[in-house]
Amino acid sequence: MLSAVRTRLARQGTSYLYLLPAFAVLLAFHFLPLLYAFYVSLFNWRIRQGPFLGLQNYADILTDPDFWDSLKVTFYFAAGVIPTTLVLSFLIAYALFRVTRGRAVYRLVYFLPYVTATVAVALVWRWIFHAQYGVLNWMLGFAGLPPQQWLLEPRGVVELALGAAGVAVPEWAAGPSLALVSIIIFTVWHGLGFAIVVMLAGLSNIPSELYDAAKVDGAGEWSLLRHVTIPMMSPTLFFVSVVSTIGAFQSFNSIYVMTDPAHGGPLGTTRNATMYIFLNFFEFTKLGYASAAAFILFLIIMGLTLFQMRVLGPRVHYQ
Amino acid sequence: MARLVLNAVTKQFGAVTAVAGVSLEVADREFLVLVGPSGCGKTTLLRMIAGLEEPTAGDILIGDRRVNDVASRDRDVAVVFQNYALYPHMTVFDNMAFPLKMRHVDRPSIVRQVQEAADLLSIGHLLKRRPRELSGGERQRVALGRAIVRQPQVFLMDEPLSNLDAKLRVQTRTELVKLQRRLGATVVYVTHDQSEAMTMADRIAVLDHGVLQQVASPDTIYAHPANTFVGGFFGTPGMNFCAGRIVAGEGGRVFESALGRWLLPAALAAAVESGQEVVAGLRPEHLALATAADVTGRFEATVDLVETLGSEKLLHLSAGGETLVARVGPDTAVRNGASITCTADLSRLQLFDATTGDALC
Repeated sequence: MLSAVRTRLARQGTSYLYLLPAFAVLLAFHFLPLLYAFYVSLFNWRIRQGPFLGLQNYADILTDPDFWDSLKVTFYFAAGVIPTTLVLSFLIAYALFRVTRGRAVYRLVYFLPYVTATVAVALVWRWIFHAQYGVLNWMLGFAGLPPQQWLLEPRGVVELALGAAGVAVPEWAAGPSLALVSIIIFTVWHGLGFAIVVMLAGLSNIPSELYDAAKVDGAGEWSLLRHVTIPMMSPTLFFVSVVSTIGAFQSFNSIYVMTDPAHGGPLGTTRNATMYIFLNFFEFTKLGYASAAAFILFLIIMGLTLFQMRVLGPRVHYQ
Repeated sequence: MARLVLNAVTKQFGAVTAVAGVSLEVADREFLVLVGPSGCGKTTLLRMIAGLEEPTAGDILIGDRRVNDVASRDRDVAVVFQNYALYPHMTVFDNMAFPLKMRHVDRPSIVRQVQEAADLLSIGHLLKRRPRELSGGERQRVALGRAIVRQPQVFLMDEPLSNLDAKLRVQTRTELVKLQRRLGATVVYVTHDQSEAMTMADRIAVLDHGVLQQVASPDTIYAHPANTFVGGFFGTPGMNFCAGRIVAGEGGRVFESALGRWLLPAALAAAVESGQEVVAGLRPEHLALATAADVTGRFEATVDLVETLGSEKLLHLSAGGETLVARVGPDTAVRNGASITCTADLSRLQLFDATTGDALC
């Protein structure tokens, strides 16, 4: 009896031992900083620790219109990046999957942006979007369209589009600024390769027999996509959507490099939550305040991920 | 249900010929088994009938309609795949309903037809489960259910029993034959298992290297194989072969080999000529321990191994440089290494051309 317990303990002890390195890394670089950030957020922490404020920082943030604006920018950004990435990567992967010759070459071409340094390519894209010397405006001119301010444009895209048609748009319906949309375009371009590779892996995991069976059962192209490919891809689609949601909410590099960081882009229209945190932390040295904002962002991302798992999770079919 | 006709059907993958000019007719309500070793082209042939592969040459007719250019879904065939290919994200009901849904059958009819098929296969209690919650045997039934639910003209089955354990396989094969009779279905059934072919088929079509070797009833295939390949493929163990030549002897033509000189029965003798190089084929059950009464077909052999199977014994013999297997009664007392005198039942002897391997009679 006693020896049985000892054997079981020894066996389980070994499993915990195997878990230990990963747990140590998570503890040191994830959980402890998280707890420490929460600790810092409770103080008026400038360069040095100041007086204890309790939840005052949180109250201040939640009443700061700039914070709410930054959340709006964050949601616009996520709403632009996530569905576009999902749909585009799925369509491209689906098309690539049918290419038998040179698939590796195409895959490489689509994956290249992902492995290049964000800052370097963001600088290149800044030139592409440049209002005076940019390739995009040159192309617009070629097509007979007026040049745009792109990264310098604070006006919303809806406002711009309808404004060109002579329709006045109320402020709440102006949409994300063209500057933010430009960054969304860049972000989608940059992250697409990763999503495509994951989607391709998902597609190649679907047994070809299922397609054969469905064809014999009477399915055409559309039915194959709807009844076989998409449901069988659900674990992959779920993974990509969770990862890109988290990525979109944490996005920082591209916005920092492509727009004027000190002012949050044109009229603050590209100042998302991470930029808001960064500015408070480094520009205004409000460490406690910025930590509180970071903690709020963490709660939002966690809430969204849990929501995705709760809502989308049951629709995911694992084989 | 309908008949199925294959007319010189050929399939090439690059330089490889998977199926070479197969012509075959499957009668209405017939259970035809396509059998052959792995890689013989039987699955490719089945996939061509299903419309999942395009023939390089030749015609495929279902009923009286040429279906070469008809899409899979419009051929009115159903396939039971080796790994069942059940849709893992659908319940058993939805799996079975899928082919009907694709044909825009109205909901009440779908429910009725699925229920009928499920009752027939005794899987009514599984309808709400998903494939991963089912055992191998249950999955096999669901795959079958999905095939029968829409009453197609032809059923195509690609080794549907190969993933079942031995006992369940034997049980299921009889059930499958009963089901086929009950439905009056035309079935093309692919297997590499010759015993499955023997037990289930109305007729067997034997394929090797993409070439059709013989199409006949199981009895004919076993008793009169068209060539040495078919003779060796069927039977457990397969036919014994012994190379030799025909010589003229006293009282008629004689088969001369390392085993001895055997006077051929008149019917066999008429089919061969003196001097002809031949291969003799004998089923293990047509070899026996010689008694004093046996005067023809005698030969001396050494017993290499005795396999006791309960109902019978298999004697692995060496004789004149040839290895043979004899099937004898369970009470035969022979030890490993013993020297024995055997006799071959010459009335059952098969002779094949030594060069082509084709049967001579």
